[in-house]
Amino acid sequence: MRIGVLALQGDFISHLAILDKLAIDSVMVKTPGDLDVDGIIIPGGESTSISMLLQSSGIYEPLRALLHEGLPAFGTCAGMILLANSVVDGREDQMSLDAIDIVVRRNGFGRQVASFETSLTVSGIEDGPMRALFIRAPVVEKVSSEVEVLSSVTYSFADSPDKLVPVICRQNKVIVSSFHPELVGEDRLHKLFLELL
Amino acid sequence: MDHTELSTNVTGGSSVKRGLAEMLRGGVIMDVVNAEQAKIAEDAGAVAVMALERVPADIRREGGVARMSDPVLIEEIQRTVTIPVMAKARIGHFAEAQILQELQVDYIDESEVLTPADEAHHVDKWKFTVPFVCGATNLGEALRRISEGAAMIRSKGEAGTGNVVEAVRHLRSIIGDIRKLTQADSAEIYSWAKNLQAPLELVREVAEAGKLPVPLFCAGGLATPADASLVMQLGAEAVFVGSGIFKSSDPAKRARAIVEATTHFQEPSVLLRVSRNLGAPMVGIEMDEIEVRLAERGW
Repeated sequence: MRIGVLALQGDFISHLAILDKLAIDSVMVKTPGDLDVDGIIIPGGESTSISMLLQSSGIYEPLRALLHEGLPAFGTCAGMILLANSVVDGREDQMSLDAIDIVVRRNGFGRQVASFETSLTVSGIEDGPMRALFIRAPVVEKVSSEVEVLSSVTYSFADSPDKLVPVICRQNKVIVSSFHPELVGEDRLHKLFLELL
Repeated sequence: MDHTELSTNVTGGSSVKRGLAEMLRGGVIMDVVNAEQAKIAEDAGAVAVMALERVPADIRREGGVARMSDPVLIEEIQRTVTIPVMAKARIGHFAEAQILQELQVDYIDESEVLTPADEAHHVDKWKFTVPFVCGATNLGEALRRISEGAAMIRSKGEAGTGNVVEAVRHLRSIIGDIRKLTQADSAEIYSWAKNLQAPLELVREVAEAGKLPVPLFCAGGLATPADASLVMQLGAEAVFVGSGIFKSSDPAKRARAIVEATTHFQEPSVLLRVSRNLGAPMVGIEMDEIEVRLAERGW
């Protein structure tokens, strides 16, 4: 089994470190030729930049096709945005990999001064709460009935206090989180993803 | 949703501050002086923009005191792009930093490119919710800035020259010393701390980890895709490009080429493709021709 980590921009090194710790064979995906993998991780980073690089590197079309055929995927933050069917507040030319039926709002929690840390309880994951860093994170605004929400956070927006926002979603073999388990050495979501393979 | 835990959401912690720097890895942060340039930068795939009134090349040429930008300029850029917007404050000028935090910039660069406001003290960066990036010429300087709360370090290089030689010197110095430090025994760590004029605990942390506790980016004099590849191969984790883009003849094309070169820095065939037909680069300056060495500001 080999897992690809999209390595165009962002914190892909942290995902590779977690796969290493779990003794999973991994490869950095920088060209279409690197896509011979059993699952793909899309890291955190700047989604507009990764979107442009997906096209210029020629990865976009073949990756989208593989995801359509059922390639398992795990995306964190920018990875969630890229895998989502629908993005609000993105760029018009931003590419979607169209792999999970959710609507996300880019930078929905606000600018960096609003970035926050919290702890989460995750359905199906034992051994205590999960430490979660939200960095200019996307807000999941809508999920289809096909999508399972594994964890949510309570957040007070200016126009809507104490709103419950989904932060981990799963549909078939695609998992997305709006925070960064990879930045704190948290490997339980990666294990959950590997179980789908 | 009975699996939801209600807990406090905490802003401004050091993991959250360093986290944004982690997101910028492998990307290009571009200096812009207006909304139109910011748009070009975002279109080209920049991971962030640095909003300022004059690029370093113009500050160098025009002289005078260089200060924080007009908030209106920064706000206009914030409205125009969706990527992070950074801005510069003078070294030690915590009031400028307070204004920039109020503006909700995403990162503050306490920068030697502006005229220093304090000759003995940098800003106490722990007091802020917004993260800071600071320049460094060597490992001791980098660790002093981190001890003051910097969440990202960049080489200083020599801004506004289009000459990469100083950035290479600073990067090699920082990374070379980290490499040597990892070989030091427990007794030698103390003399390393003394010689670096840096806190012992940070020196020990670097010796054990073999890297800085925050991301190390490269800035100062980068002008071409090859420059970006060079510093990435030397160990930089992302690049800042200042005057190099908007002082060239075709900024949009050059900006995109530098973005691609930073991603594919180890792939000469990509570097060759993106280096073709970029038009005239900014005119560079030799180090012995310059009057003010910006890198000597700060300590």
